[in-house]
Amino acid sequence: MGVRKIAATISALLVVVSIISLTINSLEFGLDFTSGTSVRLNYGGTVDLDEVNGILQNNGYEDAVVVSFGTDRDIRIILPVDETVDVQDQAGQAVEVGATIAALLRSNSDAQISLLGSDYVSAKVGEELAEQGGLGMLVALGIIMVYIAVRFQFKFSVGAVVALAHDLIVTLGIFSLVRMEFNLNTLAAMLAIIGYSLNDTIVVSDRIRENFRRMRRGTPIEMVNKSLNQTLSRTLITSFTTLLVLFSILIIGGESTQGFAVALIIGVIIGTYSSVYIASNVIIYMKVTREDLMIPLKEGADLEGHP
Amino acid sequence: MVLLIVLWGLLYSVPNLYPDDEALQITTEGLSLNSADIEVVTTALEAAQVEFFGVEGNDTNLLVRFDSVEDQLRAKTAIEDALGADYIVALNLAPTTPNWMQAIGAGKMNLGLDLQGGVHFLMEVDMDAALERRMNDNLSNVRTILREERIRTRGLNLISNSHLEVRFANAGERSQARSELIDNFPEMLFQNRDVGDIFILDMRMTADTILQVHRDTLQANRTTLLNRVDALGVAEPTVQQQGANRIVVELPGVQDPAQAIRILQRIATLEFHLEAEIGATSLSYEPYEYQGLLVNVDNDVILQGDRVSNVRSTLDQNGLPQVQINLDAQGGTQINRVTRDNVGRMMDILLIETKSRTNTSLNEDGEEVEEIEFYEDKRLISHATIRTALPRTFVITGLTAREANDLSLLIRSGSLAAPMTIVEQSVIGPTMGRENLEAGLRGVQVASVLVVLFMLFYYRVFGMTANVALIMNILLIFAVLSSFLPATLTLPGIVGIVLTIGMAVDANVLIFTRIREELSNGVPPQQAIDAGYNRAFTTILDANLTTFLVALVLFTIGTGPVKGFSVTLMIGILTSMFTAIVGTRSLINLIYGGRSVQKLSIGRYRSSKQAQAT
Repeated sequence: MGVRKIAATISALLVVVSIISLTINSLEFGLDFTSGTSVRLNYGGTVDLDEVNGILQNNGYEDAVVVSFGTDRDIRIILPVDETVDVQDQAGQAVEVGATIAALLRSNSDAQISLLGSDYVSAKVGEELAEQGGLGMLVALGIIMVYIAVRFQFKFSVGAVVALAHDLIVTLGIFSLVRMEFNLNTLAAMLAIIGYSLNDTIVVSDRIRENFRRMRRGTPIEMVNKSLNQTLSRTLITSFTTLLVLFSILIIGGESTQGFAVALIIGVIIGTYSSVYIASNVIIYMKVTREDLMIPLKEGADLEGHP
Repeated sequence: MVLLIVLWGLLYSVPNLYPDDEALQITTEGLSLNSADIEVVTTALEAAQVEFFGVEGNDTNLLVRFDSVEDQLRAKTAIEDALGADYIVALNLAPTTPNWMQAIGAGKMNLGLDLQGGVHFLMEVDMDAALERRMNDNLSNVRTILREERIRTRGLNLISNSHLEVRFANAGERSQARSELIDNFPEMLFQNRDVGDIFILDMRMTADTILQVHRDTLQANRTTLLNRVDALGVAEPTVQQQGANRIVVELPGVQDPAQAIRILQRIATLEFHLEAEIGATSLSYEPYEYQGLLVNVDNDVILQGDRVSNVRSTLDQNGLPQVQINLDAQGGTQINRVTRDNVGRMMDILLIETKSRTNTSLNEDGEEVEEIEFYEDKRLISHATIRTALPRTFVITGLTAREANDLSLLIRSGSLAAPMTIVEQSVIGPTMGRENLEAGLRGVQVASVLVVLFMLFYYRVFGMTANVALIMNILLIFAVLSSFLPATLTLPGIVGIVLTIGMAVDANVLIFTRIREELSNGVPPQQAIDAGYNRAFTTILDANLTTFLVALVLFTIGTGPVKGFSVTLMIGILTSMFTAIVGTRSLINLIYGGRSVQKLSIGRYRSSKQAQAT
C-alpha cells in the first residue's frame, strides 16, 4: 500500500514541524504556569477591549493583558506577578485587586460592570501539576506497554506507544503553532487523548490479532490491510460521535471548557489518523509474524482434558 | 438482574430532580440543643415576620427552612441576635427528597465550587520553618542537659534544619555526652566526627522523625483551619490535605472572600493560667465553664502558648491516655519556677480564638447597616492539678483517650501552626457557578440528542437499543455519583461524562459493525447476533481496560481538575461496559429472541452475494 509511505512521510514531517515549533515558539503558557492574578468581569453590553486596555495602561497596570472570555460581554484581565510585593500579600490581595479594577473600570465607563471572580495562581502548583502530568503520562505509557505486551505481543506495544507519542507531540505542536493557551485544562485534555487514541489503536490491533489467528493464507501486510479495512467504519463512526459531542461542548459548554474541547478535538482527529496509519505501520516495520500471535500451548494442559 | 440494576439507577438518580430549600442550620459548640432553643428560634422568626417552615432537629443540630434567599438572610440575623454567640448559624440547603429515599441513602450529588460558587484556597505549610523550630528546640535542650551534667562543650551549631553538631575538646567528654544524650533523643542519629583536634558529635533527625514532624505540622494546621472555618459559619466547608505540604480550603456559597481570608489568616493562641485562690478578689479572676463546672481562672498568664513546641497524646506505662506537652527552653524555666511554688493548685489552659459576628443597627437615616465585629472567644480546655514542679516536658493525665486526643489537637491548633502561605486562590461568583452548571448540563443534553439521532439513523432498531443503553448509562453514572462515592461533581467531571457519552456508543458500534459483517458473510440473523456479541467482546474488554488503566493512573497522580475528570471517566467506562453489552443484548433478545428472524433492522449492509463477488 503506497499510502503507507506517504503517511509515514506526513507524520515524520508533522512531528519535525511540531518539535521545531515547540523549540522556537515554545507554548503559550497560561496563568497556571506563570503565576499571577486574573480578574473576570462581565459588561452589560459589548466590551471594547482596546478601551479597557487603555484605561488600565493609564492607571498603573502597564503589564495587564485583557482578553475576551467566552462571549463579547465577558473579559478576563491577567496581571503578572508583581515582584515588589510579597507572595503572601499578593495572594491575599487577589480579592482587593479584583474589586479595585472593577471600580476603576466602572468609574471610566457607563456600562454595567459586574465582577465575576478573581484568582491568584502560583506557578508552583502548575509546575508541580505539569510534573505530575508528565510523570502520569510516562507511568501510563509504561503500564500500557506492559499490558499490551502481555495481552498481544511486544511489537504491538511499540506500535501503540509510538502512535501515542506521535499524537501528543503533534497536538502540542499545533498548540504552539497557533499560539493557543496551554493551561491545566489542556494538560488534562492531553491525558484524555492518551486514553482515546489508545482505545482506537487497541481495536485495530485486536482485529489484526484475530485475523492472524484465523486466516491461514496471506502476507502480514495483506492481513494488516484487511484488518484496517474491517475496522475502518467503526473507527470513523466512533470518532464522528465523539467529535459530535466535543463540538457541542465547544459551542455551548461555556468558556471554562472550551480549551479542553479544542485540545480534545485536535487530539481525536490526530488520534484517529495515527491508529490507522501509525500503529499498524510500526507493526509491519517490526515484521510481525503469525507465530507472534499464536495462543501459546500450555504444556500438556490441553491433552489431559477433563477428568 | 438487568432490570434490578436499571431500577437502582433510576431510584438513586431521581433525587437530583428535587430542588433544595434554603435553610439555616443551627449548632452549638459542645452543648446540646433542647426544646427551649427551638422555642427561642420560632419566636424570633415570628417577631421578625419571616416566613419559615419545616423546623426539624435533634440534640446536636436544628434545621429551619425558607422559601427564598432573602428570607434566609433576614432569618439568620434574627436568629443570631436571639440565640447569642454560643450558637453557630450557618446558611445551608436542605434536601426535599422524601424521607424514605433519604433513608436508603439516595441523595443529591455534591457540586464542586466551580458549579455553585464560593471561595477556594490552596495553602502551603512552611515545613522548613516547622523543622527549624523543632531543631532549635532540640539545640537548647541539648545545651541544658549538658550543663546539668557539667559536661563542657566547645560550641553547639545548627548545620541544617535536621542536623546539629556539638563540639568537644576531647573524646572522653564526647562519649560521656553521647551516652547522656542518646536516651533523651531517641529520634536522633548520633555520629562521631573528628576535625583536627576538635571532637564533634553529629546529631541528625532520622527520616522517620522528619516525616513525623511534617505529618504533625500538617495535621495541626488543618485543625487550626477547621476551627477558623467553623467560625465563618459555612455549611459544608472542605479542609483537606493535598500532597505532602498543602491544604485545600473550599468554602461554598461564601459571598465575602475578603472576610474569609482575614479569618483564615488569624492565629489562635493559648494561655496557661493558675486557678484563682479561694477568697481572691473578684477583680483578679474570671469564671469559665469546664465540663459543666464553673472554674475561676486567675488573670495572670504564667506561660504563653508560643512556648509550646510539641504536643501529642500518648499512653503512659500503664496504658492510660495522657497528653504530653513539650515546652521550649525558656518556657521550661518559666513553668518550673511557677509550678515549684504552687504544687497542689490547679493549672488551667485557655484557648483564645478571634471570631467575627455581624451586627445590624440603624444609622442616622434609619437604614439598616451591617457591621462586622471581631471579638475574642476564650475557652477553658484543660483544668488539672499540679502534682510536682513541672519540667519542660510534662504530661496531663486522668483523661479518657478521646479527651486526650481532643486536648492535644486543641493545644496544637492554638500553638503549633507553622507559617502558611496562600499559593492559589480563586473566587467563583454564584452566577458564574450557575452558568457553568447550566452550560455543562446543556452540553450533556445536546450531545446526547445528537448521538441518539445519529445512532437511530445509522443502526435503526439496533441503534434504538444502543440509545436506551446510553440513557441508562447516564442515569447510572449520576446514580453512582449521588450514592456510592463521596465524589464531587465539577466542571471537568461533567466533561468526563460528556466524553463517555461519545465513547459509550463505541462498544455498540463495535458490536453492530461485527453483526453487519457476519450478515454480509451470509450468516443467519440469530447466529450473526451471537457471533457479533462474542467476537466484539474481547475487543471491547481490551480497549476499555487500557483506557481504564490510564484513568486510574490519572486519578492516582493527578489533583484538582485531572482527578475530577478521571473519576467520572472511570465510572463511565464501567457503567457503559455493562449497559452497552448486557443492556443492549437483553433488549435485542426481547425484540428478536425466541423466533426465527429473516431480516435484522440494523441499517444497510452488503448482502452475501455482493460479499462473495469481491
